[in-house]
Amino acid sequence: MIRFLFKGLVRDRSRILLPFLTVAIGVFLTVFMYCYIKGAENQIVEFNADLLTGHLKVMTKGCAADANAAPNDLALTGARKLVTELRADFPGTDWTPRIRFGGLLDVPDEAGETKAQGTVIGTAADILTPGSAEIRRLGIAKSIVKGRLPEKSGEILVGEILADRLKLEPGGQATLISSTMNGSMATANFTVAGVVRYGVRALDRMGLVLDITDAQSVLDMEDAAGEILGWRTDGPYERGFVEGIAARFNDQAGPSGDEFAPVMKTLREQSDLAAMLDQFGAVEGAVLSIFILAMSLVLWNAGLIGSLRRYGEIGVRLALGEPKGGVYRSMLAEAVMVGVLGTIAGTVLGLALSYYLQAHGINISGFMKNAAVMLPSHLRSRVTPAAYFIGFIPGMLSTLIGTAIAGRGIYKRSTASLFKELET
Amino acid sequence: MKRNLSQAASLLGIGLLAIGSHVFFAAARSLHAGMIAPGQAALAPAAVLEKIDDNAVPGSKIMVSAMTIHSRRNSRTIKSKSWIEGENKAFTEYLEPPREKGIKMLKLGDQLWTYTPATDRIIGISGNMLRQSVMGSDLSYEDMMENRKWSTIYAATDDGAETVLARPCRILKLTATVPDVAYQVRRIWVDTSRFLVLKEERYGKSGRLLKTLEVKEVKQMDGRWIQTQALFRDVLKEGDGTEFIIESVDFEAKIPEALFSKAALRK
Repeated sequence: MIRFLFKGLVRDRSRILLPFLTVAIGVFLTVFMYCYIKGAENQIVEFNADLLTGHLKVMTKGCAADANAAPNDLALTGARKLVTELRADFPGTDWTPRIRFGGLLDVPDEAGETKAQGTVIGTAADILTPGSAEIRRLGIAKSIVKGRLPEKSGEILVGEILADRLKLEPGGQATLISSTMNGSMATANFTVAGVVRYGVRALDRMGLVLDITDAQSVLDMEDAAGEILGWRTDGPYERGFVEGIAARFNDQAGPSGDEFAPVMKTLREQSDLAAMLDQFGAVEGAVLSIFILAMSLVLWNAGLIGSLRRYGEIGVRLALGEPKGGVYRSMLAEAVMVGVLGTIAGTVLGLALSYYLQAHGINISGFMKNAAVMLPSHLRSRVTPAAYFIGFIPGMLSTLIGTAIAGRGIYKRSTASLFKELET
Repeated sequence: MKRNLSQAASLLGIGLLAIGSHVFFAAARSLHAGMIAPGQAALAPAAVLEKIDDNAVPGSKIMVSAMTIHSRRNSRTIKSKSWIEGENKAFTEYLEPPREKGIKMLKLGDQLWTYTPATDRIIGISGNMLRQSVMGSDLSYEDMMENRKWSTIYAATDDGAETVLARPCRILKLTATVPDVAYQVRRIWVDTSRFLVLKEERYGKSGRLLKTLEVKEVKQMDGRWIQTQALFRDVLKEGDGTEFIIESVDFEAKIPEALFSKAALRK
């Protein structure tokens, strides 16, 4: 029966062409949009994780309550031991301390007095240890536009706009003025090793990067860290995985009113990322729904046209005694075949384009010159296992729904007047 | 005690050494205070304010003081020595702890510089930096730079009476009459016979309480009444405030003029 129906479809192109193209195009767009949204979501997750949040972050409870201010007077102490314990307790993850701080960068004139000053947002990470992943995570190697990476203690990187404003060049000297963990004034001289362009205005205007040991020395934070960031290393970010680790850590720590007690936060619990990630989920659902609805309408219409064209055929079949239900089911079976063929074609095309954009990305840096939030300069799609199957939802549902609605006309045919209709 | 710098500059003169021109260590000459005492209750609020300003004794002094900062994490004490000339010149060198030792600050009028031996740099403190905490204390550089006489920038009204440190005090509410003040409103508890401020509350333009000062001890030194211990609190900040203690004051000190120069910071 299936073979019979399939032959009918193949031999009568007008019966298959429009539904097939509709399904194929709809599935193509669905698969591509799904991969694009997944890619954008993944990039924002990883971009924020690398720069700010980690997949997980340990900080003090006091610091977590005021995370935007990043108060170093509430920093974690005993950071080395804590990092060692985290690596041992949670296999498949990597942990590293960081310090964020605010301050001023003061550039001296020939007499050693203030020539220019600028506000800075400092990020201190392990950038001097050979092979440190922090250089990749912070994206500093590929962002350098002048000079080089810091190679020894006492060297810093500064944002491009900040460097221009303070007239700082690689090799130039500047004094960092900030506050120690205890609130005292912290000052130290640094040499500018390089100038970086992140493409994010906030960072280019105020960004300063230095090695964490330098920051610990200047800020009187020996063996202390503002935060310890963790990343999953045995797979991509996965909400359930990181939430499980955070729950285990926080359960072990137990409830405590001590504002210096450590607490672990997941990526979603930081920087309002939960709302953003939830929006991505909502958009994915909306895209699927829209395509199912639109394709169903088109296929319903195609079904109606087909029914008109096949009015005589259906009439003969009914006149020969084929039950209305049998005719209706055979049309649904044809729809399934068209749906499968269209879905496969659309999925192949959608995956092909998604794989291409996964490798090459779309450059959006031109739209981000004045961006206040941190987003990657290239948006890439991401092909996930679900992308191979996601197209079947709109592809099959729309053909079935469209045909089912259009096919209701079969039940409205009156068998008593079939021969009269066929005579005309 | 950064405050010492500037305020100490205004110390006995203006009245407040480490915490604000008029607050901490308002200096009152005992004899002077004693003579004034009998008729003070009848003085108008503005006249009381002028009396407080009058307690600012021009001249030079050398002072050693300690500032204990009770932060969220711990308490630490910073000792300093200040050389003060009138209201506008002050030079302070930090003596302890080791991390702060050798840091110097110079105030000349409304300008402030700091020198740190670790960088061998003289850095001007201005703009937003003036709002930053001095050494992690509850005091800001802006507080420290305050040196105008209250009678020229505030209008005073009576706001009650209370006893503080077993001394009868008049409470005055001071409302700013000029726009460029750090605190729009202050409430001060004034010892009515010595014209010493024993307690103070500082409010912002919104009416929100920002900082408080409680004098803990008053002593007579060289015939002058001085607040020698006080607790200063930034109420918007966690912690138990910053204690100021004056360990010694030499009112007759001769201070070389060369000390009040940027060149002296590096010496």
